[in-house]
Formats: sequence, structure tokens, C-alpha cells
Amino acid sequence: MIVVLAASAYLFKMFGLIVLGSRQLPKVFDRCLGLIPAALLAALVAKDTFSIGQSLVIDARVAGFAVAVIAAWRRAPLIVVVVLAAGATALVRAI
Amino acid sequence: MKRLSASLSEPAVRRVVVSSLTLSGAVGVFALSFGVASVSAGASVMQTCALSLFVFTGASQFSAMSVVGAGGSMAAAFGGAALLAARNFVYGLALSSSAKSMANSLPRRLFASHFVIDETTALALAQESPRLRKIAFWTTGIGLFSFWNIGTLIGALAGNTIDPQKFGLDIAFPAAFIVMLLPHLRTKLGRQAAILGAALCLVSISFTPIGIPILIAATAVLVGLRK
Repeated sequence: MIVVLAASAYLFKMFGLIVLGSRQLPKVFDRCLGLIPAALLAALVAKDTFSIGQSLVIDARVAGFAVAVIAAWRRAPLIVVVVLAAGATALVRAI
Repeated sequence: MKRLSASLSEPAVRRVVVSSLTLSGAVGVFALSFGVASVSAGASVMQTCALSLFVFTGASQFSAMSVVGAGGSMAAAFGGAALLAARNFVYGLALSSSAKSMANSLPRRLFASHFVIDETTALALAQESPRLRKIAFWTTGIGLFSFWNIGTLIGALAGNTIDPQKFGLDIAFPAAFIVMLLPHLRTKLGRQAAILGAALCLVSISFTPIGIPILIAATAVLVGLRK
């Protein structure tokens, strides 16, 4: 999996920079491609916060999620956001 | 390199190099959490380091390990990660007009390709002259690559000794994703894609195999077709 992923990640970078560099692509294509991070990152957040395996779960992670949203909103650096969220989750779990 | 150190006396060049290295350092700390999280999700230290060395695309690496850690299949992990890596294609397009000045031969451009990621693109495109763009691309690329891999190794080695649940590390992935997501919510289309993506994922979690909801969520990008 790692090898295939590494190869395809490289090909994406390379194709954009070198192969298609001078060609024009339809605007719609660009726009949809640009939305991939928004859709996927939001889905990953939802999955990692509200599910375990195939079941929807609400547990201590919700506290960490809330803290992370507030911290990220206040433009805290990434590592601060992660530490605060982990701290909040650990705290709620310990209580 | 000699020319770079000579031009470091120029304020504009210094500014670029300082911001590149600051960003690289910050990303290095982020890499620590990737190392810890990846090992906690069940990868070996070597697999974790291989991801950082050869995939070298933060969000893809996190997403792959988050799916594998949850018990998803390799194919599902690959699908989501590859889709996240696809945006580097757009970055490559954005940088391609300056590609010739950044790397003046094909082998160099093939080498440069590995460094086409969020941070290098952002810093390079923020510069006004081709010369500063080149400096920004390479200092960010090499600096970030070094810090990213050193951070991953340290995190992976430390991760083995930590109980992830006790320290709330299972929230580390989503917390990092929230930070990465925020800039994409500035546009209306971005917000629509995010909300639809999250909703599609949650709805499909209970009746599709692990990892598949992420791929279903990807169809949310079709909101870009309208307008």
C-alpha cells in the first residue's frame, strides 16, 4: 500500500508540474479538484470524532473536537490545537 | 547554495528564508504527532518513516493511517489518501508557469516534483519575482522535508511507549484535520462541500465497509459543477 500510495502521490505532483503545465483544463475540473480537501477533511473529522468502526458513537472525543474547533478558530498553531484537544479528551475520559 | 548564502544579506531573501524555515520547524512538530499516531494505529516505525519519506503529503498520510487504524482495508485507505494527494496536481499546475525558472533541467524538475505540496506552493506563489519564488520553493521544500522526516522518526520511536487512549491521542487526527480544513471554508463552495462531505460520511458509516464512507464523501466535490 505504501509503495502504491507513494507512486501515485508522486505522479499527481509530477503531472501537474511538468506534463500538463502548459495546457488549459476546463474550469469546472479545476473547481471540483480544488474542493477535494474540503469534502474529504470534513468527512475525516466526522468519522474520527463520531464513530468507532462501523458504529456511530458519542464519547469523550466530542470534548476534544469542540476544543479543537475553538482553538483552530482562534488561529492557534496546529500543535497547540492537537495538544489542547488531546488534553480535553483525556480529561473527560479520566473523570 | 553559495549564491544563496551570499544573497542572505538581502532583506527580501532573508524574509523568505526565515518564513520557510519557521514553517518547516512548525511542520516538524506536526510530524511528531504523525509519528505517534501512525504507530498507535498499528504501523511499524519503518512503515511510518517510509510514508513520510516517499509519500510526503501530510493529509494523505494521516488519512491512510486513520483508515487503517480503524480497521479499514488497504484499498479503502489508499483511495481516500490518493484523492487527498490529487490536489498536489492542482498545485503543480499553479507552479508550472515558474517551473522552468525553479528547476532548469528535466531531471531537476522531476526531483522538484516530490516537493510540490501545500506549503511549498503557498510560499512560492506568495513571492513576486521568479528568483524569490525559486528560493522560497527550494528552502521550504528541503527544509520541510528534513523536519518532516526527523519529526516522524522521533514521534514513531516515542509512540511505542504511549497509550494513545489515555492521553486522548485518538483525537489527534481530527484535531489536525480541523486546522487543515479551516482555510477551505472561506468560500461558499468550500463550506458546501465540507458540510455535504461530512454528512455523506456519517450517513454511510453504519452500512458500508470501513474506509468507504470517505470515498462516498468525495462525491461532495460535485457541488463545484453548479454555477
